[in-house]
Amino acid sequence: MPSPDRMPDTEPSGWLDRRFPVTGFLRREYVAFPMPRNLNALWSFGAFLIVTMAFMIASGLFLAINYTPDITQAFASVETIDRQIPSGWFIRGLHMGGVTMLFACLYIHLGRGLWYGSYKAPRELLWLTGLGLMLMIMVTAFAGYVLPWGQMSYWGATVVLNAVHAIPLIGHPLSELLLGGETLGNIALRRLFVLHFTMAFAILGVIALHVAALHVVKSNNPTGIDPTSPAQTLPFHPYYTSRDGFALCLFLMVYAGLVFFLPGLLTLADNYIQANPLITPRDIRPEWYFAPFYAILRAVPSRLGGLILAIGSLAVLFALPWMDRSSIRPATRRPLVRFSLPLAFASFILLGIAGMHPPTETWLIVSRVAMAWWFIHFLLVMPLASEREIPS
Amino acid sequence: MAQSETPPSPDGTKRRDLLATGTLALGCAGACALSVPFLNSLKNPAATPLSDNTLEVDLSTLAPGQNMTVQWRDWPVFIQRRTPQILAALQAPGHLATLRDADSKILQQPKDATNWHRSVRPEYGVLIGVCTHLGCVPTFDKPSSAPDAEGGYFCPCHGSHFDAAGRVVQRAPAPYNLPVPPVTFLSDTKIRIGHSAGDPGFSMSDIQQI
Repeated sequence: MPSPDRMPDTEPSGWLDRRFPVTGFLRREYVAFPMPRNLNALWSFGAFLIVTMAFMIASGLFLAINYTPDITQAFASVETIDRQIPSGWFIRGLHMGGVTMLFACLYIHLGRGLWYGSYKAPRELLWLTGLGLMLMIMVTAFAGYVLPWGQMSYWGATVVLNAVHAIPLIGHPLSELLLGGETLGNIALRRLFVLHFTMAFAILGVIALHVAALHVVKSNNPTGIDPTSPAQTLPFHPYYTSRDGFALCLFLMVYAGLVFFLPGLLTLADNYIQANPLITPRDIRPEWYFAPFYAILRAVPSRLGGLILAIGSLAVLFALPWMDRSSIRPATRRPLVRFSLPLAFASFILLGIAGMHPPTETWLIVSRVAMAWWFIHFLLVMPLASEREIPS
Repeated sequence: MAQSETPPSPDGTKRRDLLATGTLALGCAGACALSVPFLNSLKNPAATPLSDNTLEVDLSTLAPGQNMTVQWRDWPVFIQRRTPQILAALQAPGHLATLRDADSKILQQPKDATNWHRSVRPEYGVLIGVCTHLGCVPTFDKPSSAPDAEGGYFCPCHGSHFDAAGRVVQRAPAPYNLPVPPVTFLSDTKIRIGHSAGDPGFSMSDIQQI
């Protein structure tokens, strides 16, 4: 590969590169960039996330053109988008289906990092920026869910904002900052709209940080052993561009299937009834991607305790690079983690299923057991395994 | 990475040129196809057949000689109840000679309003109050006893005169008569603007100019 500063003037990119080395940068970071040879399909989910984000921003901008952030008109404006704006149903479907694709990829991407130990040195910052992105996407998704001002929007937001109330000391000032009043009303809707809109672009910025950090420390791989010689790597282009491209085609087929064939699958009928502060819908359910945390909130018979544990279930992930002292990255080579981590994944899924069901005694017990294992895995198994385990 | 480079063939083509160009071309085609619904969403939703754009107006309070304005599809719509004097003035031969399009030959109205009074019933006139010159809203000049004042519309922006049936006079800068919306009489004193029973296929998007 010719280096950018030695590129001859006769090449058209030479002129640009001496002034602004953009083609040299692209060549270095996206063409010649050395990738491990042995990445599996799970390494494509980062690309899926970027593409889904692009779809979210594009569809979001076109929705914002037609949306009215006012409690008397918000619901009707969303109905107008669905029924009257030409192709509005498609753009809204793209946005709603996109949330599901985004969270599905996010959780798989995160699970991949957990399973192959991608959070360990020197990739701690990559892990932290990624978790930061997840939190930002969660806040954005919550704010966005309120905007259609349906019954589920209203009561979901009411529950969350009352949970914020429960935080000692800062709870009330914080919820007042968000709501601009005692209850969910016009001021809150407008603030949540601005928050939703702004966060989308803030997320783009943090994605840039996340990717920049990746290009410094390079990709982890299924063996967890970093390549030491150029022979153990492949250039990003054409090897991983074509492979990610193929994987993207499959991914887009699933996404398109969701938008075109199952648009009603992931929305609740109650959200097509305008928000009514006097009636709470009978079976209130969160969106599936918040269900695990919702299950934790319900499983703890204390308001503050539930909130602390729901936040704690995410906080343990932030602490993970320092809890897990083992130098072995992939769980496949760690007998204890190989057993314990899949159970933690199963706990997360079980919590999600429990969160989508009415809180009967059985589901409460399932939630509590699953939640207990989640914390046992991250707070007990990981630190102990780092010391006791004999790698295979 | 030496093993990944293939030696270039003498004519300068590489092994994957066709694949790369084909992929790029298909990708661009896909992106273009995807942009269609996005651009489509910027079109005027009122022009889609899905939207109900009718307005019912009660005319029972409208006295002869009186003019009222309602809003339909963001346009001001003038409704006037004509007196016999106004109707006589509309048919006066001397008056017709001063008009650009006295017989409403240009498509500015539904078929059931393509007549000397440019309305479904002579007694009521319904016009869209947007000057065909540059889009200002004309004002209604009441008929008075003064000569040459049989009532009509006057555009304040550039001085276009229209008669009581919305027909533009020859010396005005406006090129066409005022548009007539589709109107259906539901009863003697109630009309529906937005649908024409006498010309069901009529669409505002077909007229010469609004």
